[in-house]
Amino acid sequence: MEKETLLWEVFVRSKNGLSHKHVGSIHASDKMMALNSARDTYTRRNEGISIWVVPSHLITASTSNDISDALANSENKIYRHPSFYDIPDDVGHM
Amino acid sequence: MSDHLFSSILELADDHLILGHRLSEWCGHAPTLEEDLSLPNLGLDLLGVATSLYSFASKLDSKCRSDDQLAFGRLEREYKSCLLMEKPNEHFGYTMLKQLYFSTFMEMFWENSLHSKYEDIAAVASKSVKEIAYHIRHSGEWVIRLGDGTKESRNKMLEAIYELHPYTDELFHMSKCSKQCLRDGYLPDRSKLRSSWITRIESIFEEATLPFPTISYFHAGGRDGIHTESMGHLISEMQYLQRAYPGQKW
Repeated sequence: MEKETLLWEVFVRSKNGLSHKHVGSIHASDKMMALNSARDTYTRRNEGISIWVVPSHLITASTSNDISDALANSENKIYRHPSFYDIPDDVGHM
Repeated sequence: MSDHLFSSILELADDHLILGHRLSEWCGHAPTLEEDLSLPNLGLDLLGVATSLYSFASKLDSKCRSDDQLAFGRLEREYKSCLLMEKPNEHFGYTMLKQLYFSTFMEMFWENSLHSKYEDIAAVASKSVKEIAYHIRHSGEWVIRLGDGTKESRNKMLEAIYELHPYTDELFHMSKCSKQCLRDGYLPDRSKLRSSWITRIESIFEEATLPFPTISYFHAGGRDGIHTESMGHLISEMQYLQRAYPGQKW
């Protein structure tokens, strides 16, 4: 089965104004079937209004080394964190 | 008004319950995990429609049976579903073809029920039209891929057509009660949907490179309660809980 069907990553937009979020993956032979399966697997309970499916092999991923370097890099730049002023109450959730 | 409307709604409800039950049998048995979610999911859509229809029927029933009693408390001969619904699942392609036949019919049936004079029917129609469009897409895409797939998948689809197509004509039959409902403006004329159904199935078969068969003899009888040998087995499993624990609620 896995030899013949591609792996697809599924992204779902839960409502307008939010971005698509990765929810999981599925197997499917082509993009139409991938969309169908994604719908049935991940949006059965009104989870979304839009679905993206992307062949997993087309995704370029970072390695864990890349990430730890990037994090280390920002550790000494505390001014990048907006933590030096009080947020007015009226702003609500930040 | 209530007798023929009751009987006609029951025909429609039984179609949905029996086919929905067949789909539920795939749970845990489908060829892929994705389909294992999809098939019972399609089945749940059909059970949802059946639930609404049985509750309408229950209100019209001269014997005052509840919707559960109607669904699970009748004898085999009292079920008026088309024979197509009770045909066993066999293999995946077979199930997809059966689903395509039924969904294509029901989409037209519901489209023609949107302005039913019986408001409850119009309400179910407008909800079902959206669901059924997806059922057609799902089953149709599979029929196309299996028909135009490998030698084995194609042979299985040819076998499914040979086996199932003779059961399709019953969908278009007008029972006595449904004729009365047509005159009253409650339900559409099934027989008028035949040519459009053929055109739609033909176009999917063409894409699937499958031949549209010529059938010399069509099977029928479900609307009169005359079922095939698989119906009794289906019912014994479907009714088990209500037979063992009458009136049990969940």
